[in-house]
Amino acid sequence: MSTDSYPEISFETRMSSVEFRVHERAHITVDSKICADCSTRGCITACPANLFVSTADGGILFNYELCFECGTCYMVCNEEGAISWSYPEGGHGVVFHSS
Amino acid sequence: MPDFDVIVVGAGPAGAAAALEAARAGRSVCLLERGPYPGSKNMYGGVIYGRVLDTLIPNWWEEAPIQRWVTRRSTMLMAGDQAVTVDYRCSSWGEAPYNGATAFRPEFDAWLASKAEAAGAVLICSTTATGLLRDGTRVVGVRTDRPDGDLTAQVVICCDGVNSFLAKEAGLYPPSDPANYTLGVKETILLPREVIDERFAVRGDHGVDIEILGCTGEVPGGGFLYTNAESLAVGLVLSLPKLAACGRRPEEMLAELKAHSAIAPLIEGGQVKEYSAHVIPEAGYKMMPELIGDGILVAGDAAAMCLAAGIWLEGVNFAIGSGAAAGQAAARAVQRRDTSSAGLQDYRRRLDSNFVMSDHRKLREAPHLVMSDLAQQQLPRIACGVMEQLFTVTNPDPKPGLRKIIRGQMKLNNLKLRDAISQGMKALRTFG
Repeated sequence: MSTDSYPEISFETRMSSVEFRVHERAHITVDSKICADCSTRGCITACPANLFVSTADGGILFNYELCFECGTCYMVCNEEGAISWSYPEGGHGVVFHSS
Repeated sequence: MPDFDVIVVGAGPAGAAAALEAARAGRSVCLLERGPYPGSKNMYGGVIYGRVLDTLIPNWWEEAPIQRWVTRRSTMLMAGDQAVTVDYRCSSWGEAPYNGATAFRPEFDAWLASKAEAAGAVLICSTTATGLLRDGTRVVGVRTDRPDGDLTAQVVICCDGVNSFLAKEAGLYPPSDPANYTLGVKETILLPREVIDERFAVRGDHGVDIEILGCTGEVPGGGFLYTNAESLAVGLVLSLPKLAACGRRPEEMLAELKAHSAIAPLIEGGQVKEYSAHVIPEAGYKMMPELIGDGILVAGDAAAMCLAAGIWLEGVNFAIGSGAAAGQAAARAVQRRDTSSAGLQDYRRRLDSNFVMSDHRKLREAPHLVMSDLAQQQLPRIACGVMEQLFTVTNPDPKPGLRKIIRGQMKLNNLKLRDAISQGMKALRTFG
């Protein structure tokens, strides 16, 4: 859909416009064993930061570092206990400037 | 003795207004913020309606960090490569006391929180409230992630946003249904001021608010485009369960909106300055939690006070209105030495007597209506189809009559006259 006059940016460029003050502790963890039984996998589609990726062995790979802390993933998750969600340590995580 | 009379969790507009009013009433107030500064975790669809500030901060418009005053409001219905737009202009909206404004939340929220600080509230940033402190069923403070971080108070006001883990922990929320929520994604796109002025046909500090229906494919939702001083905000709001099930990613849908012939020329050449995302409590009145418990109040997004009702899109005003009422009610309860649920009922009375509850109650059916197939799919297609047929000159064929065009488009889009009338009546009842 993109045109020459307005090239669509890559996802990496999009995410590099956002400041994240990453803490060493993961504020969200995903139990890939539980995900292996999930057929819907709404998190992969819906996470605006695209942090959920299917793995070859049928699980889910998740990285917390570039997270918007929005709550989408746990809300669309069908598998109880698959996602443990909390906010990052104070002062860490996403920092918006012109939103 | 508790550490504070009142602890407010979250220094967004609800929390800042709560802290401001409680501090003004002479109470000791702690305003907790998990981000490095107020507003750093916040994004929104773009317009702040300031009438609610008139009584809190007289002449607020002289100092509030706004981007542009909205003097042009457009509602756009999209279908395929077509668009029908209703465009309203009002220059008096660009003069005091103004109507709506675009602003960056990190700037606006920090400004409002500074008012609370000036009134005596203690703002503590970079501190996450990790849970409630309780004495039996009674909330007596919060646990934080600071060493020895427990803080006690007579009243805790939860303004901790749409996920409100504190209100959930207090048992004030029923189990959450993802259908009540939407995901908002947004790009802030840099463009020179004069380019924005020219493309949107506005001058000075006047700006534009465009709301879009029919731009989210099979996922119920909507789009928006706002002008800031030297940037644009373009984004989408998407129903969570439908987004999760549709197999298309939010940024793909946003890229499609940006490439649409009605939008692409407006944003051409702009550089993405910041991408952002946030969840919105979409279902309004019907999804609200219990607002009052023993020693605890809930306000703003945490209380699902957000009007995403198609023709009106508001949230910051409800946050400020509910937060201020919570701050006033908490201060009164502390003064009267009864901060039980019964002693805090003044909060509910204040909300019921102003726009916060009456708007939500009145428009309780609106979110459902706006997310319906009729509004999302049929209406934009029929509107564009009617316009196309109406204004395409088919010489030497004679012009078709308007009635025939409308009937034909309704048939094409599987809308029965009976359903159109019943939905139209429903819309009149809902919005009227």
